[in-house]
Amino acid sequence: MSLDTLAFAGGFQKPVFEAQAVFRTLMDCMARPGTIGRVAATVTPPAPLKATAGAVALTLCDHDTSVWLTPVLAKSALPGWLAFNAGATVTEERQDARFAFVEKGAMLPNLCLFAQGTQEYPDRSTTLVVEIEAFEGGRPLVLTGPGIRTEEEIAPIGLPDMFPHFWSENRQGFPRGVDLILVAGDGILCLPRTTVLRVKSAAGEA
Amino acid sequence: MYVAVKGGEAAISNAHRLLADRRRGDRSLPAIGIEQIVAQLGLAVDRVMAEASLYDRALAALAIRQSRGDMIEAIFILRAYRTTLPRFGYSKPVETGAMLIERRVSATYKDLPGGQLLGPTFDYTHRLLDPSLLGDETVEAGLEREEPGEAVMRVSDILADEGLVEDDGSLPDGHVAGDITREPLEFPMARDLRLQALARGDEGFLLALGYSTQRGYARTHPFVGEVRIGEVEVELDMPELGFSVSLGRVQVTECQMIAQFKGSAKNPPQFTRGYGLVFGQSERKAMAMSLVDRALRAEEFGEDIVAPAQDEEFVISHSDNVQATGFVEHLKLPHYVDFQAELDLVRRMRREYEAAQNIDLPEAAE
Amino acid sequence: MASLNKSAEVAGKDAGAERQKAMGLLAKASRAELQAAFGALADKPTVQPVRGPETGLVMVRGRIGGGGAPFNLGEATVSRASIRLDDGTVGHGQTLGTDGAKARLAATFDALFQQPARKAEVETLLDAVAARVAKEDAEKARQTAATRVDFFTMVRGED
Repeated sequence: MSLDTLAFAGGFQKPVFEAQAVFRTLMDCMARPGTIGRVAATVTPPAPLKATAGAVALTLCDHDTSVWLTPVLAKSALPGWLAFNAGATVTEERQDARFAFVEKGAMLPNLCLFAQGTQEYPDRSTTLVVEIEAFEGGRPLVLTGPGIRTEEEIAPIGLPDMFPHFWSENRQGFPRGVDLILVAGDGILCLPRTTVLRVKSAAGEA
Repeated sequence: MYVAVKGGEAAISNAHRLLADRRRGDRSLPAIGIEQIVAQLGLAVDRVMAEASLYDRALAALAIRQSRGDMIEAIFILRAYRTTLPRFGYSKPVETGAMLIERRVSATYKDLPGGQLLGPTFDYTHRLLDPSLLGDETVEAGLEREEPGEAVMRVSDILADEGLVEDDGSLPDGHVAGDITREPLEFPMARDLRLQALARGDEGFLLALGYSTQRGYARTHPFVGEVRIGEVEVELDMPELGFSVSLGRVQVTECQMIAQFKGSAKNPPQFTRGYGLVFGQSERKAMAMSLVDRALRAEEFGEDIVAPAQDEEFVISHSDNVQATGFVEHLKLPHYVDFQAELDLVRRMRREYEAAQNIDLPEAAE
Repeated sequence: MASLNKSAEVAGKDAGAERQKAMGLLAKASRAELQAAFGALADKPTVQPVRGPETGLVMVRGRIGGGGAPFNLGEATVSRASIRLDDGTVGHGQTLGTDGAKARLAATFDALFQQPARKAEVETLLDAVAARVAKEDAEKARQTAATRVDFFTMVRGED
């Protein structure tokens, strides 16, 4: 029986302080959708997942949160790393997942296949952590909703063209639905289900 | 309505200092040690562990010392402490059939495999105060006798051979054991969740409810099939290793209560069971728990729900003494504004009442 | 080929079962026993922390009726530690209670147990712990046996 030592390495150096710092950043970003938080991550998850998404995983996941991974991540050493460093187990059922991780370049799965929560407990839903290329340089999207004074603008590269459509579908069942954490480089940007998103039209913004 | 009020800091700080002083008591006496509490007040420690739902004798003893022996306060402190710790996992179910037995008695069979093992019991003592315990007289060790190596068979298995008792208690395939520390209570509740709630429930509350079933409020005509006390292994699956590992042993008390059942359209007449399992040595609690477990299964057996002990929402919602003490004791906290509003209301009603009286009076005089 | 793989698998399982038993005994060892054994090691290993020591909870489960569906009985404190030796061998220690230092020592011995050259030293410790536990259990069992009721029938009444 060979132990994959990858699984045992690369956790937080100071678990309490680092996890709290990342959690604070996530909380602020969730409260202010569209703002970019920075994570000074020291974790090194197994490839292809990157450090920032790894730090989010070790901050949010624990023994009580089952995690769904894309086929590529599920085949990597990530399941063992999550099991050892966070105690979290991997599930193949999207409906059972409290968190889902999507590495950069992977296809964004259909959001409505994940746990949507219930009318009484909308929190029993999946939070997706999605690595993308960048937060700037793509098609501009305008965000409005709770936590945004007037409106925020983001221009992510790496989300599918149909994303605004997927997102409006995600808002149909409110308060049910999923929340998104986008990750690029050392930055994170949150899209809770309360956020309304539209494509910025050149004419409309004049 | 709650209003933030400032100004009590000095009083609070001094009160806590006074509490520490009173807790320590007479300084000419030695302070009581944690090991002493664990060793000599072991059943108090066990009760705190059971109702705090946290097995750790040293921490329970610390809580008892800190609370000056106020058990519910100690349970509260230990319950609060457990919320600060991360959850590593769920153990494999403990095997009470393989228990290292310290006590086992059955009220249903005189001669049974393994025998009646009294262990360290209060039963058959005369309940007379013992002046020898005023001092520190030498106490002899327990006597020893060759242990016959006979398996201590479960009483439920003896009855099961004849098919006269229901099974251990299964839940539908695919049922995942629920956890009241992770999900809010929802009624109706599956039996696994009820047992978790009862295992941490207040001993006095469960004792009273169990007693009520004996006095006719949901009569089930119970017998103690067996009570056993002893240590069981706690094993944890280690996903990183691919096997489970023993973490050590914990002491538990188990009660199998056997209750009559006259049968229904679906089930033949047979004995049904109530189950009690509690951390530490706590026979009274395990027995009360098993009575209440059986009473709460009324609907399952098509029995009429006529008594408090059969009312799941009533029993489970009120069995937790930390919740109960929190809500009862919060009444002593400032409610100044609430009360002012009530006072205004009562004054107004009184004025109206008196005004009405004054109008009525002349009419009455006529 | 298939049979070769199978025997390798069986050997792997045996090694797993051996280590499982060893880890169980390390959990039952007292900190004093582990410290004494560590002190007696001629060649003390260099130990790098991988995780912990940390204290947390394990939810202890029972079964309805003793053998039925699982339910959650209540939690127990557990301390655990994982360490790495110079050659990369990773050891895990876990034990009931809040003694992180004990968990770390157990992890160290778990790592040494996996090294063929050091295994015998760990086995000496394990044998001593197993003997101590067996002796205590036997004494308790004999004390309990002394409280066993020996029924004898007095005079049976005639109906």
